Amino acid sequence: MLVKSIFAGFGGQGVLMMGYVFAHAAMNEGCYVTYLPSYGVEVRGGTANCTVCISDEEIASPIASEPDYLVVMNKPSLFTYQNRVSAGGAIFLNSSIIDNLPSRPDVRVHEIPAGAVAESLGDLRVQNLVMLGAFVRRTDVLSPEAVLKGLRQIMGERKKNVIEINRRAFAAGYELK
Amino acid sequence: MQGNRVIGEAAIRAGCRFYAGYPITPQNELTEYMAEHMRRVKGGVFIQAESELAAINMVLGASAAGARAMTSSSSPGISLKQEGISSLAADELPAVIVNIMRGGPGLGNILPSQGDYFQATRGGGHGDYRTIVLAPASVQELADLTMDAFDLADRYRNPVLLLADGMMGQMMEPVEFRTPSPRQYREEYILRGKGTGKSRFIRALILDAIRMEEHNWKLYRKYQVIAEEEVRFETFWTDDAEILIVAYGTAARIAKGAIKRSREMGIAVGLIRPITLWPFPGEVIRRFAEEVGSFLVFEMNTGQMLEDVKLALEGRARVDFYGRPGGVIPTPAELAKVIAYQVKR
Amino acid sequence: MKKVFSRPRTLKDVPFHYCSGCGHSITHRLIAEAIDELGIADRTIGIPPAGCAVIAYNYFDIDMLEAPHGRGCAVATGMKRVLPDRIIFSYQGDGDLAAIGTAETFHAANRGENITVLFINNAVYGMTGGQMAPTTLLGQTSTTTPPGRTAVLDGHPVHFSEVLATLAGAVYVERCAVNSPANIARAKRAIRKAFQYQMQDRGFSLVEILSQCPTNWKMRPTDACRWVDEVMTKEFPLGVIKDLQAKG
Repeated sequence: MLVKSIFAGFGGQGVLMMGYVFAHAAMNEGCYVTYLPSYGVEVRGGTANCTVCISDEEIASPIASEPDYLVVMNKPSLFTYQNRVSAGGAIFLNSSIIDNLPSRPDVRVHEIPAGAVAESLGDLRVQNLVMLGAFVRRTDVLSPEAVLKGLRQIMGERKKNVIEINRRAFAAGYELK
Repeated sequence: MQGNRVIGEAAIRAGCRFYAGYPITPQNELTEYMAEHMRRVKGGVFIQAESELAAINMVLGASAAGARAMTSSSSPGISLKQEGISSLAADELPAVIVNIMRGGPGLGNILPSQGDYFQATRGGGHGDYRTIVLAPASVQELADLTMDAFDLADRYRNPVLLLADGMMGQMMEPVEFRTPSPRQYREEYILRGKGTGKSRFIRALILDAIRMEEHNWKLYRKYQVIAEEEVRFETFWTDDAEILIVAYGTAARIAKGAIKRSREMGIAVGLIRPITLWPFPGEVIRRFAEEVGSFLVFEMNTGQMLEDVKLALEGRARVDFYGRPGGVIPTPAELAKVIAYQVKR
Repeated sequence: MKKVFSRPRTLKDVPFHYCSGCGHSITHRLIAEAIDELGIADRTIGIPPAGCAVIAYNYFDIDMLEAPHGRGCAVATGMKRVLPDRIIFSYQGDGDLAAIGTAETFHAANRGENITVLFINNAVYGMTGGQMAPTTLLGQTSTTTPPGRTAVLDGHPVHFSEVLATLAGAVYVERCAVNSPANIARAKRAIRKAFQYQMQDRGFSLVEILSQCPTNWKMRPTDACRWVDEVMTKEFPLGVIKDLQAKG
């Protein structure tokens, strides 16, 4: 098993956190895992992305030239990465602000209203966890328990109510039909 | 944990108590980690230096004063540090220097590259000296080799380079820190003021030719011992290989992926991964040439370690090269194609 | 008979290699006397530069660590931070301190590193044979300014002590000379004071010494001493440039 995913969006949408939580979840399930954030000259409001690879054996390259999954939180990221997704893979898009559909007939498309769900929970900032919930449910690579454990590991030092709203956001995404 | 931060944590656990550095991408997280965590250990010193030159020379002073000392940078900054690295080698002072390589020459770019192989393995600065060069290929190895780097630096009283690239520095992988061995370093090498004893000095300038020559041969003999004792490498799927890839660091990782693909297509290919780039495992490569007639050197540059492989083989086997310089990260699939092409030839 | 003059204990019984009339020998002696008087020879570490004083470790009976050219203040910083209870001084010429080592000196002073710098200003690169230094006077000839230094082509003499005095981390900066008994006595007091400030953890201290270089100035030693008074001090006036003792 080798699953490569790219998470991409605007800086501030929590895409790095989304990948980071997912990577921790993989570690909790005993997988080999690599997490590679994009890095560059520091610009506020630019795009951000990260690549997470999980496998049951040593991972050769932490780069995904043909990711199995693409998670995009904004339109520019969809255009940048949609052609890279491997045939038979899947694209998860934040349908709350992306009104275009991918032009790829050979991949599954999941339209997730991450922004809207987060707003209904009262905090747009947790849209990343809504998306992650839907992603984990539909990919079925990792268990939700491992993800929630990863979330606690990362947010351990923060205030309890921050963890709680993130947990609720994850649950809301996970339950989305 | 992220590679850059792992280096910092491993260094502190290994007893590093002095760090000086200057900001440069893609290694900033290491400098920032040291700024945050040096204060948690007794006697820990962090200084953001005004330049790479100042940083390496602060390390020189701290090392002479008996601290386990480290500095880090990326390619252009490492060029600036060469004056101090040469002085450390001349003075026989231990230090650990981390190079998270990026594309070059000049300012180049901030993407992963292996363009500093020559600089690292040939001493780097002026004069007749060598540095031990360690090339990790995973975040776990970053931790282990950082700890080893301090031990090697002390054992041989010589600067040790940890040579990784932007991808190693930025990547996160799970890591476990081992318990470091206690430091073995003789008090007589340290300047603390003469106290009640005789005064001593450490110097690099030796104007008398015969004495300078003696010092050069003394260093040379030390390097011979290092070359005998400290060669490290890993082999992967070499048993029945008809082609052997030689690659280190990130490139070696990619090569492993390519080898798996090639093996699925029935191609008998294996890997020799030098872990020490100096001393170079040339003897090992030469022994493999008794069984294997074809070698493929794979680097993220235009062919630098290639020369060491050719030197090791001395014409005993065919040597080809595939490289991607400039910060391009080749894929396992791409390299597998190159391997398939090699077989057809 | 009462002995009134002898070699300071901190100077080894080794003849200096310096040219006759050179200010280095006198300055070495003053440093050694100050170390003796303060009783700190056991815990003082000196950092000699690249330049004429590069083999100062042959003369001083204290621990010494040679610095690469210009990097004395960076090396001293590394040492002092690791050994905060030791007395660390760097000994640097004008080229070493005010040209190639400008950044290291400036920033060590700005950080207020608790070290002492002995800055030997002889307006010329001595060891390499008399090239223009950052402190070479306008009109002064050197092997790289054969017709004399001009402001247009070569820039002005650098007043680095005054520059350092503007930095908050520098607590004591004084310019002295070693061309006359009175000046030598003043220089001795300044060196002592600088070490004392360091012993009191006050911060960065620097004593600039206008030092005669008869060989490269192509003068007799007595003429060189006179030239310091008559010419050099007009460009580089002697005296305390900064002393924060009052605010101590």
